[in-house]
Amino acid sequence: MTTETVPSKVAPVLSRGNRKQARRNTLIGWTFILPNFLGFLAFTLIPVLAAFALSFMEWTSFTAPKWVGLANFQRMFASDSFWVALRNTVVYAIGHVPLTMALALLLAMLLNRKLKGIGFFRVAIFFPYITSLVAVAVVWNMLFSPDNGPINQFLHAIGIANAPGWTSSSDWALPAVIITSVWRDMGYYMVLYLAGLQAIPSELYEAAEVDGASAWQRFWNVTIPSLRPTTFFVVVMLTVSSFKVFDLIVVMTNGGPGRSTTVLSQLIYQEGIGEGKFGYSSAISLVLFLIVLTVTVLQFKIQQRRER
Amino acid sequence: MTNMAEDLKAEAPFLGSSAPAAEDRRRTDRKRSPRERKKRTTDVVIYAVLAVLVVALMVPFIWMVSSSLKENNQVLTVPIQWIPSEFVWSNYTDIWTRIPMMGYLQNSLYLAVIITCLQVLTGSLAAYGFSKVRFPGRDVLFLAYIGTIAVPWQAYMVPQYIMMQNLGLTNSFNALILLQAFGAFGVFLMRQYYMTIPDELCEAARIDGLSEYGIWARVILPLSKPALASLALLTFVNTWNDYMGPFIYLTSNRLWTVQLGLRSFVGQFDAEYAMIMTGSVISVIPILAIFLLGQRYFIQGIATSGMKG
Repeated sequence: MTTETVPSKVAPVLSRGNRKQARRNTLIGWTFILPNFLGFLAFTLIPVLAAFALSFMEWTSFTAPKWVGLANFQRMFASDSFWVALRNTVVYAIGHVPLTMALALLLAMLLNRKLKGIGFFRVAIFFPYITSLVAVAVVWNMLFSPDNGPINQFLHAIGIANAPGWTSSSDWALPAVIITSVWRDMGYYMVLYLAGLQAIPSELYEAAEVDGASAWQRFWNVTIPSLRPTTFFVVVMLTVSSFKVFDLIVVMTNGGPGRSTTVLSQLIYQEGIGEGKFGYSSAISLVLFLIVLTVTVLQFKIQQRRER
Repeated sequence: MTNMAEDLKAEAPFLGSSAPAAEDRRRTDRKRSPRERKKRTTDVVIYAVLAVLVVALMVPFIWMVSSSLKENNQVLTVPIQWIPSEFVWSNYTDIWTRIPMMGYLQNSLYLAVIITCLQVLTGSLAAYGFSKVRFPGRDVLFLAYIGTIAVPWQAYMVPQYIMMQNLGLTNSFNALILLQAFGAFGVFLMRQYYMTIPDELCEAARIDGLSEYGIWARVILPLSKPALASLALLTFVNTWNDYMGPFIYLTSNRLWTVQLGLRSFVGQFDAEYAMIMTGSVISVIPILAIFLLGQRYFIQGIATSGMKG
């Protein structure tokens, strides 16, 4: 019995018993993974690979798939709606990522202390993140209501005479969506930062204090460098999620007014599922994926250089 | 006796002391009292700042609840009425007859429960395979799992849709269940946790003659309750709040989830502000309940995995 239960890593010599053991391990390993793997293979892995192939094909719901090389991409780069959606997506990311990050860090610093009832504050700030998205969108839409909405009433009260039209104005609709999404997401990233802050050894702060470092210097020279791995992770996650934004926009503005809030993922949906242009929409998907990949790799490189 | 005293002494610095207090103790006695006073003032300031912040962040919720208890024409008034002049409780009884709210809630619950159960079951099994059993090809396979987490869903939703269409599963719950029940994220989260359970425990169980399935069921699962709870809660909430999945796959009203029902209600009855807010409150209540029950697992799940589903 004991020979049977010795795992293969213990004895490097491949005796017959060991080989039998290795085969058995493979079998056992697969039985554990299989229930998940079958679903994963069929509904994630294959579609991911198919998306690549599809982007080089002409395929609609009415025609048979046909290999067309780069034709989809040529059409895409010549299309106005693609550039509008790309621009909106990038603007959204540029607004959403730094704001959410800064506020999440600020909140985490405020909440990283042992006070009575601090848990309540943490939970309250986290709550928007898990609230149903439609409810969030609907409530904020009303808050943003241009005439009598609470936000513009507040702006009037503090002396801003011509308050923005928010979701009914093509200039202000995207900022309105960004504000809503920052409000929603910062609690989530606050939790990540909180975990990062709590992992910083207090000796570092004590040493800095002994050396006479001011609070600002301690923040700049201890907190920020120690949080670098967390920040890296937060930036990557935030960027990826910004480029994927869909639900909030669909429910809040549905891409409007005009095309002022249309984003890439919405275009993918419209072209692919709405109009059945499978190949063309897959080409847009590939671009979205490549952007996300590039941003991630770039940030990874920056992170590595800083560590050296 | 002496042992206990030593233990106590060793633990004393940590007993009930917060970090700033421990810092104080290291100072000399003379400096202590002004410092303590200063600390108390900072605490009060921090509480005040936090209270203001939380109220500001909660304004949308406060406004939502307040509006749900108003007459329609009182929702957007100048100036804002935070407390309704008259509480219109009938909004909460009327909504059930205005839209099939009950059906929507049932659909959401059905999907969320099934998907959560499958995620937790298949995810924890696979995580065991990936962390406690050694076999060739394991790590490459796991890399494929991780890789797909990084691919935005939008990039492969079209092939998924074509697939479901060919299987004849569009406009059915099965499509959503198949798409969401085998998430790579669940595997990843559970594996992260299993890696912290020492292999020696499994070795010991093996020597005691327990099969691998026995080890999973009787050693690992009981030890990973916090991770299981995290995954279950995250999955449940994500499924409940998912908009895009049901939006794409569920076309008939009968199958709609709360999110779709609410959205369509907003589209159809644009100016029924009070009723719309009532629906929003109702859609949030189950999440609030679940969240309050398991908030520490949520935070744990996010902090340890650092990923969302």
